[in-house]
Amino acid sequence: ELPAPLLDDSYRKELGDEAAAVKSEDFQDSMKIAWRYQNLPKMETSPTTYTKFGHYYDVSKKMSPELCQSVKLHSFYLPEELPFEPKMKTWNMNSGYARLLQSIQRIISQEGFDGSDPQKKPRNVLRIGIQSLGSILWGDDVCCSDAPEDPQSLTKFLYVLRGLLRKSLSACIITVPAHLIQNKAIMERVTNLSDMVVGLESFIGSERETNPLYKDYHGLVHVHQIPRLNSLICDVSDTKDLAFRLKRKQFTIERLHLPPDLSDTVSRASKQDLAGSAKLLSSGCGAMAIGKKHLDF
Amino acid sequence: QGKFTLLRDTRTDGSFLVHHFLSFYLRAGCKVCFVALLQSFSHYSIVAQKLGVSLAAAKERGQLVFLEGLKSCLDLLFGEEEQPGQPSPLQFLSGSSCDLRALFDFVRVSLSAAAGDSWKGPMLLVDDLSVLLSLGAAPVAVLDFIHYCRACVCCQLKGNVVVLVHSNEDSEDEENELLVNSLCHHSDLILWAEGLATGFCKDVHGQIKIIKRLSLRQAEQDVVQIYQYKIQDRNVTFFARGLSAAVL
Repeated sequence: ELPAPLLDDSYRKELGDEAAAVKSEDFQDSMKIAWRYQNLPKMETSPTTYTKFGHYYDVSKKMSPELCQSVKLHSFYLPEELPFEPKMKTWNMNSGYARLLQSIQRIISQEGFDGSDPQKKPRNVLRIGIQSLGSILWGDDVCCSDAPEDPQSLTKFLYVLRGLLRKSLSACIITVPAHLIQNKAIMERVTNLSDMVVGLESFIGSERETNPLYKDYHGLVHVHQIPRLNSLICDVSDTKDLAFRLKRKQFTIERLHLPPDLSDTVSRASKQDLAGSAKLLSSGCGAMAIGKKHLDF
Repeated sequence: QGKFTLLRDTRTDGSFLVHHFLSFYLRAGCKVCFVALLQSFSHYSIVAQKLGVSLAAAKERGQLVFLEGLKSCLDLLFGEEEQPGQPSPLQFLSGSSCDLRALFDFVRVSLSAAAGDSWKGPMLLVDDLSVLLSLGAAPVAVLDFIHYCRACVCCQLKGNVVVLVHSNEDSEDEENELLVNSLCHHSDLILWAEGLATGFCKDVHGQIKIIKRLSLRQAEQDVVQIYQYKIQDRNVTFFARGLSAAVL
């Protein structure tokens, strides 16, 4: 049930045409009042289509079975796995997580991703995907209880996984149902043990669904942490406000725009609303105050 | 000599301070025991190279004892049965003991003067202590470990200890807050890196508060200095608040 990748360039050409059409309609109007902004680059909502980065998928079509079968795939489904090998030393961890770690370590060493066997040269990086970590499906009650039985299993798992990833040619992406975890301390620790942390916040069921600010989008994307590896600095982007949208064929992530406040009655109440929603916004021209005090112009 | 320095970060990543102290003490000719829990050896090595120090060379000449926590953990869980004479420093992970004695023994043995050592003063660096809580150590066990290290490294061996902890404002991690507050009370020097309250800025990455304890016994005022900083590829520039190069 994976979405079909867009392997040909026809779709990209479509995107390119659209963008070109839009661009040709803009005249180089010289600005009269906002002339200070004349020389700033135009704000682009989506990354420019001229640089090809990553892969594109069509969410309305499924990936062909031939493509799936041509790739070496390992899966781990906890209910079908053999019980924890008793000769392994005590791990002091939830057994579901322990079995998953054993399985990952076995694949890494058998397929040669840790470089241990000079004969087996992996041609690729091992990509690992783990779904709903911390949920009851893994035998962990961290998502359904305020005082979980073994809150450290999850963080221990992440630490050992980190060790396995650092020692091999592999990368891992994990989804965690953070909205179910009552104990916020655990989420803080999970964040500290991860290299990159991205949060998706859907508008469904929240008051933001009807907020006119967000009418074009389905949710927000929060980048909580980016990796700072092998360097003192990290690549922080200028944009902090991202929203996502699920279109018919595409899932896109765009910069969030605050529409101009053109209403006649700019009452105190609506200003508070906007200020509340704008708490996380920063403009492209520089940093605005986003702390507890809002600057009201 | 004999000082305990606490590195603390809030809303930002204070690891640049760890890299600084590592290269600083190695260049000064001290014997360093680095308990690196969160990142791999190559990460520190590459950054140290940018700061002008070679960790591999320091290890080879016996100046640096490097405990790579991630590797040690894998060895413990996936490796062969350990030899009785060489317990793993991270033994508490397998639940056989709930204190950090093995880790302290590792530190003590690494920094005890060996025959033929000509290094100036020993030094213990830990990155970062908050990870031990995530691995199942109780806050009391971590505090005990630090206490033993201070007694050994600062008092007995007349060396220095530098430790990094994370803290968050409005944090709900009570164990971590307990650890951080307790360590603050016992530190001679606190370097607190904070993200700006006004949010992200390209030219000023954060502010650093330097709190110097004049005396732990008498109730003298601590000396507090605040600077802002910007991290670059090979160094960090510090400047007075509001006087970033971008503004001047």
